[in-house]
This record gives sequence, structure tokens and C-alpha cells, in this order.
Amino acid sequence: MSFDLSQFTAALPEIFILSMACIILMIDAFLSVRFRTVTFLLVLATLASAFILTLCQFGAYSTLAMRFGGHYVVDDLAVISKLFVYMFAFFAFVYAREYIEARKIPASEYYLLGLFSVLGMSIMISAYSFLTIYLGLELLSLPLYAMVAMNRKSSHATEAAMKYFVLGALASGMLLYGISILYGVTGNIQLNTVGEVLKSHQEFVSVAALIFVMAGLIFKFGAVPFHMWVPDVYQGAATPTTLFIASAPKVAAFAITLRILVQAMPGLETYWVQMLIVISVLSMLTGNLLAIAQTNIKRMLAYSSIAHIGYTLLGILAGPNSSLGYSAAMFYIATYVLVAAGAFAIITIMSRDGVELDKLDDYRGLNARNPWLAFMMMLLLFSMAGVPPMVGFFAKLGLLEALVEAKLVWLAVLALIFALIGVYYYLRVVMLMYFEEPVEAVANTPIVVSSSMMAAISLNGVAALLLGLLPSFFIDICRISVS
Amino acid sequence: MFEQLPLLTILIWFPVVGAFLILCTGNEKNANWARGIAVFITVSNLLLCIPLYLGFDTGRYDMQFLENHLWVSAYQTRYALGIDGISLVMVILTNFTGLLVIVAACQSIKVRISQYMAAFLVMQGMIVGVFCAMDAILFYVFWEGMLIPMYLSIGMWGSANRSYASIKFFLFTFLGSILMLVALIFLYNQTGTFMIQNFYGLPLGVHTQTWLFLAFLLAFAVKVPMWPVHTWLPDAHTEAPAGGSVVLAALMLKLGVYGFLRFSMPITPLACEKLAFVMIVLSLIAIVYIGLIAIVQSDMKKLIAYSSIAHMGFATLGCFMVYDIVADQHGLQNAYMSLEGAVIQMVAHAFGSGAMFLGVGLMADRYYNHSRLIRDYGGVAHTMPVFAAFFMLFAMSNVGLPGTAGFVGEFMVIMSAFQTHFWVAMIASLTLLLSASYTLWMVKRIFFGPIANAHVAAFHDITWIEKLNYILLAAGVFFVGLYPQPIIDVLRVTIGHLLLQSMPPDLAFHVPTNVFYA
Repeated sequence: MSFDLSQFTAALPEIFILSMACIILMIDAFLSVRFRTVTFLLVLATLASAFILTLCQFGAYSTLAMRFGGHYVVDDLAVISKLFVYMFAFFAFVYAREYIEARKIPASEYYLLGLFSVLGMSIMISAYSFLTIYLGLELLSLPLYAMVAMNRKSSHATEAAMKYFVLGALASGMLLYGISILYGVTGNIQLNTVGEVLKSHQEFVSVAALIFVMAGLIFKFGAVPFHMWVPDVYQGAATPTTLFIASAPKVAAFAITLRILVQAMPGLETYWVQMLIVISVLSMLTGNLLAIAQTNIKRMLAYSSIAHIGYTLLGILAGPNSSLGYSAAMFYIATYVLVAAGAFAIITIMSRDGVELDKLDDYRGLNARNPWLAFMMMLLLFSMAGVPPMVGFFAKLGLLEALVEAKLVWLAVLALIFALIGVYYYLRVVMLMYFEEPVEAVANTPIVVSSSMMAAISLNGVAALLLGLLPSFFIDICRISVS
Repeated sequence: MFEQLPLLTILIWFPVVGAFLILCTGNEKNANWARGIAVFITVSNLLLCIPLYLGFDTGRYDMQFLENHLWVSAYQTRYALGIDGISLVMVILTNFTGLLVIVAACQSIKVRISQYMAAFLVMQGMIVGVFCAMDAILFYVFWEGMLIPMYLSIGMWGSANRSYASIKFFLFTFLGSILMLVALIFLYNQTGTFMIQNFYGLPLGVHTQTWLFLAFLLAFAVKVPMWPVHTWLPDAHTEAPAGGSVVLAALMLKLGVYGFLRFSMPITPLACEKLAFVMIVLSLIAIVYIGLIAIVQSDMKKLIAYSSIAHMGFATLGCFMVYDIVADQHGLQNAYMSLEGAVIQMVAHAFGSGAMFLGVGLMADRYYNHSRLIRDYGGVAHTMPVFAAFFMLFAMSNVGLPGTAGFVGEFMVIMSAFQTHFWVAMIASLTLLLSASYTLWMVKRIFFGPIANAHVAAFHDITWIEKLNYILLAAGVFFVGLYPQPIIDVLRVTIGHLLLQSMPPDLAFHVPTNVFYA
């Protein structure tokens, strides 16, 4: 392979993040404790610059551009997914700062681990061979395990980290096993070559490989039947970590699932469509039903995220028979992550002085204590419930259109019935916030929110409403990403 | 000067923008600021209806005041607004009711006044939007968007059992509308557009039409509400604050019938013809059975809620009688009267029951524990004579006394029913007996006889603001009852055109075209 600059310009965002992560690591080692904020600002600056670098690539790679011997790829899907990942990671770190400081969690390490995880996501999104995919996946996951475990004083966090790590390792193993079978069948690990060979190899072994690969991906997504870690990790981890886990990695998992299924396994389409139907129906059912029974809002949102992943998969499974499927799924996951990040951010903001306010009861009478925060939370919840004019409605609408176009009307009706169940538990939180009076003990303590937090959360909440009123731009971006 | 203005957009979004202004600036301390802005917005909105009425050409059957912009290009959804005769009547009614509710709230609402005003302003804007939307998704957005402020208003300012009632209300209506959404997407798949008018006259088979009709039926029947999906209404009405009850009764129930007129009848005429008898039977059940239930209610608001269901039974009866009438008579004249009766019944019911809900709210406000039970009252006419006189008028309209609003619509529907189905008309006529029983019996127990207790004795008569409200409502009742001609003029061409569109092919050849376009 001769030296060629264009190899590297394509991977500029990853190269930049990697070098910055190393540089910041060095800088941080020499900073006194007082100046640790510099680390935080540098991490944010890195993400912002990576965002801009990726933005420059926007439109330049409308056809699939392979680099580094076909192990790395840039296309619209990669560029737009990376933009989402950097944006959501940026927000996750902004929300995390005050919480981390209040709890004396080592801040610099936290952000740097996060940055490495973002690098992993970035690599995974751009991966075009199974080796790179695995590399990215592990780089994405390992820092996350550590971030969950960093809240050492909490036994819940330790338990969550343990479960996350063990189950995560198991899932990685399954993915690797699937990849090895695929290599056995096709003699290659590059996605497009594998895809070519699989078209003529639709035997049992290929389907077995598909099942193992799918298991690994579904685990990362947190969909039924590999959803067991989600509630425990979401509840046990420090809320900003939950926010981080619930946001950027979902987009990355979506991008790579789409890439593997559509680009490497188009030959096995009938099989994975059927598998996804089962997975998504079970996810919507389990997620929505179990969310009703929860008293902890983080756990409730965890189950709700399982259900939302189920909806996202609907878009992917409708994709082969509908022009709208993939873009609808992309739009759905992006808007869901936006909204879920906002909801977890509000939980982060609510917690004070080392006390987690994550019981549903803690939200009793929020409207009387801080009307604006309650209003933002309401917008986000209604968006998750898919009630117009919030953006969540248009996300669901796109999915339904795709399903009807793919002649899966029964699935569309089923999805809406599950959505109806979902409405109940979202409304219950609204009910607590608005219809009840606050508990006596806290009735007269208004919730003080720093102005930067307020600005961020307002941006997030109002985006849920404004993207609902004028969704066209956002939808078009998602359409470009998968065209 | 008004031709250039996007009047409908202003009517929809002005209240919504105002609501955000109130939310951002208002708090408990400057409650008068919130009241002032809210009244200003609703009054100017009602004034804006004047150019709307004057600019409306009653001779045209197509949509007027058109606004049409691409909204979401990916879904081919358009921001398309327009009104025909039916929409015009409903838009004016909405703005009129909105003003009444806001004015009434100035006095009766004491806590979180700015949020209350904001909720009702948003609601008003959304409801106007439903009546103006020409695009199915836009329609759906307004249709569902209106649920949020209604849900909040029941839950935040309602009485003891409000949480249960509000969530039941939300889930029922949401359940109804999800199937409608699938039906709309299915139609989009057939036509490639979401414009409602492009759905008309699609060559769909009876089988497909029946499924579509059932999907629409669930959405609209929940809103009307028709038996047996009416059970949310008594709860919601009872627990809602007075203003919420008024909006529910006067506007939200009308959306269901409006949906039948805008979607079910023109899009699925074959299914409508086939299933008309089911709709007629359901309407009769609503009229008779729900009427009987109303008699035994001990809670005033519940009684009026059940009477609302019974009265809306006439509106649905009027809509779905037209198929049998046309098949029987080979002409549109009586079918026309039936449909027009249904629309006028919608307007009349808004005045009558809206006023009664306001009245009950006003009495409950004065009662020390806000009781709505009939047995807690008695002899109110002695302490509140002016109020008693007004209430009697609205009760009479509810009964259907000639000269009041309630008479016109019911009379037209029954008249046209007699032309085809004698027994349907006979059963529907029972309403005269039933509504007289429950309404007058309630009025007797509340207003007449000796003063029941010290709490009633302490009542003071209505204030000038309340009087103003009741004078406006009484004017409405007499206007519809004595001189409905302006409404009929507005409706004539629209309803004639709607009838032609709603006739299945096998009936259509009976119908001479251009009857109504003279």
C-alpha cells in the first residue's frame, strides 16, 4: 500500500480525536487539581472540532469511499451518524459536569474515558470489515464499563458495572463466533465481499452466523432477548453515565447494524427480516409493559428505551420493501436519543448534594417547584409517547408509513397499540408533576438550576417541540444518510 | 384590507403565541396581566371572525381562504388550510366559546391562572386548526395536539377524582385516533398525497372501504361520543373545571361529527351505505338508553354530560339517515334537511349545554365544598333569581322548546326521518319526553321549593361578568332558535356538495346534479 494522503483525510475525525485524547491525557497529568476544568473544556473543544471536521466531509463522500485496504469507509451514513454521535456526546459531557463535581468522581478520567469511547463509536461507524467493527465495538464498550464502575461508593453502580461487563463480554464473544463462521463460509471479512459471497451461500451455516452476529448487535442495542442488562445498568450507573450510554452508542449501534445487515447480508434478507419482526415485537411488548410497573424513573426510562429500540428495528425490517424504512429508523433513533438525553439530563439536574432523586415520587408537584423544568420534562415525555406536535410523533409517522408501504399493516397497528400502553406510563409522570402537590418536606425548597444547565435543557426540550413543528430539515438529513 | 392576511393562520396561532407569552411572563403575582392578555387575544380573535364571515362566499362549495405550503417534503405533508360552510360555522363557534371560557375563568380560577389561560388558549388554537386543516396529517396533529392542554386542564384544575378522569380521557381518545392514523397512511399509500380532498372518490372496494370506515368510526365515535365508547365523557365532564366542561361539550364533541362529515362519508360512501343501519341503531341507543341513564343521575354535571351524549345522538342520526332517505325518495331534499339538522344540532348543543355547564360550575363555586350533587341544592331561585331565569332558558333549549336553539336541529332530523323510517322517527321522538324529564326534574330540584340549607341561603346572585357571559349565550340560543337563516345560508351549498360526494354510485344516479348550485 503506497502512501496516499487521501487515505488519511477520510479518517481525519478519528485521527484528530485519538491524538487529542493522548495530548489531553498528557496535559491533565501536569495540571494541578484547581485547573482540572481545562481538561473538561479541552474535551469539549475536541468534540466540537471533530464535529466541524466531519461537517466538512458532509457531501464530499456521497458514494461509498473505501480506505485503508477496504477496512475503513466513509459515506453519508458514516458522516451523519458521526455528527450525531459527537453532538450527543458533547451534550452528555455538558450535563455531567456539575453532577461529577458534586460527587467527587474523578472528573478528568471520566471525560477522557468518554472521549475514547466516542473514538470507538466513530471507528465502528466507519468500519467496513468485521475486524474493524470488532475493534471499534470493544473500544466503545470498555471505557463504558469503567465509567459505570467509577461511581465507587455506590454498590448499585458496582453491581451494574459487573453485569454490564460480564454480559458485554459474552455478547462480544457471540459476535466474534458469528464472524468466525462467516469467515469460514466466505473466506473474507470485508463487508462487501462477504455480502457478494453470501448471496450464493444461503445455507444453514450462514444463517447460524447471522444469528450470532445479530445477538451481538442486539445486545449493544439492548433489545429483547438481550435486554437484561439495560434496566440494571441504567439504574445503577451515575445519571450522567446513563445519559451517555443511552445516547451516542445507540446511534453508533444503529449505524453498524444497518451496515452489516444491508451491506454484508442482503442475501439473508428474508431471515433477518423475520428475526427482526420477532425481536421488535417482543421489545415493544416487554419494554412497554414492564415500564408500567417501575417506581424508579431511571429504570422506567430503561424499559422505555427497550421499547423504543423495538420501534427503531421496525424501520430496519421494513427497509428492504420500502423506500422510507431506513431513513425512518435513522430519524427515529436520532430523535429518541435527543429526547431521552433530555429526560436523563433533567434527572441529573434534579439530584442535589449527593442525593439521587430518581424515584417517581420525587417528581411529585414539580410544576409548583420549578414550572419551566416541569414544562421541559413534559415536552420530552410527550415526545417519547409520540403525541403530536412533538418530534416523536413524526418519528413514529415515518415508521408507520414505511410499514404500510412494506405491506405490514398488522405490524403498524400492533406498534400503535404498544404506543398506547406506553402513553400510560409517560402520562403518569406528567400526572405526578402537574396534578399533585409537592411533598410537605420539600414544598418550599425551589429547585435551583445553574443558568448553563438551564440553557442546555431548554435547548433540548424546545428542540423536541420545534423539530416536531418543522421536522423537514432533520428528516431530509436522515434521508441523505441512508440513500 | 383583509384579503391579503392569512386569516386562518392568525386564528390558529395567535392564541398559541399568546399562550407562550403568558407562560413566560405571567405568575401568581401578576394574575391580572394573564387575564388581560387572554381576554384581549380571545376578543381580537372573535373580531377577526367578522372579516372571515364577510369574506366568505356562500355561493361556492369549494374551500375558501386557502393557504397551501409544503410542510414536510419527505412525507408529502402540506400546511394546507381552508374552510367551507361547515368549517366556518364551527370556527366562529370555537372562537365564541373560547371567549366565554376565558371570561368565565377570570373570576372562577384562583390558582395557577396563567397556566390555565395558556392551556385554554392553546386548546382554542388547536381546535380551530382541526376545523381548518385540509391535510390529513395536519388535521391529525391538531386533533391530537388538543388533547395535551385538555388533559392538563382536567388534571390540574379538576375536582377530587381528576387524575383518573384525565388519564381515562387521554387513553380513550388516543386509542380511537391511532387506527385513524393507520387509515390515513393507507390512503396516502393509495394516492401519494395527504390532501383530504384527494381521498374523495377513490375507487376502493367495499371490503377496503369497510375497514377504513371502521378505523375512522373508532376515532370519531370516541369523540362524539357514541354508545358504547362514551364512558370517558361522564368522568371527564364531572372532574373537569367548568371551562374544561364547556370546551368538551361545546367543541370537542363536535369534532367527532365533523370527522364523520369530512372523512367517513365522502371517503367511504359504500361502507357508509352498508353500515348506515348500525350507525342509526347506535344513535338511537344513545338517544333513548343514555337519556334514561341521565334521569337517574344525582350529580348535576354527570346529568348534563349524559344529556350531551343523547343530544349528539341526533347529530349522528342526521348524518347517517341520508343514505336510507336517498334510497327511498330518489331525491336529496329530505336528506339535505337531515344533514343540515345534524349540523345545526351541533351548534345548538354547544350553546345549550355549554351554558348549563357554566351554570353548574358557577353554583358549585359558590357552594362551600363545591358540591355538584343535586340533593345539596334547592330553592336557588330565591337567592339567585336572575341566574335562575337564565338557567331556565338554557334548560328549555336543552329540552327542545320551539323558539330555542335545541328545537331546530332535532325537529329537522325527526322530520326527515319520518319520511323513510317511521319507527326510527318515533323512537327518536322519545327524546322530547326524556330530555324534558331529566332536565326539568333537575331544574325543579335545584331551583324551586324552599331554600334547602344555609349554604344555599348565602348565595349571591351573578356578577356583571357572569351576566355578560349569559347574555351572550342567551343571544346565541335565540339566534339559532328564532332566526337560523344566516347559518342555513352559509351551510346550504357546502352541505349540498357534501351530499353529492357522499353518495355511493348506486344511489348517485337518482340524484339530479346542480340542485343546490343555483
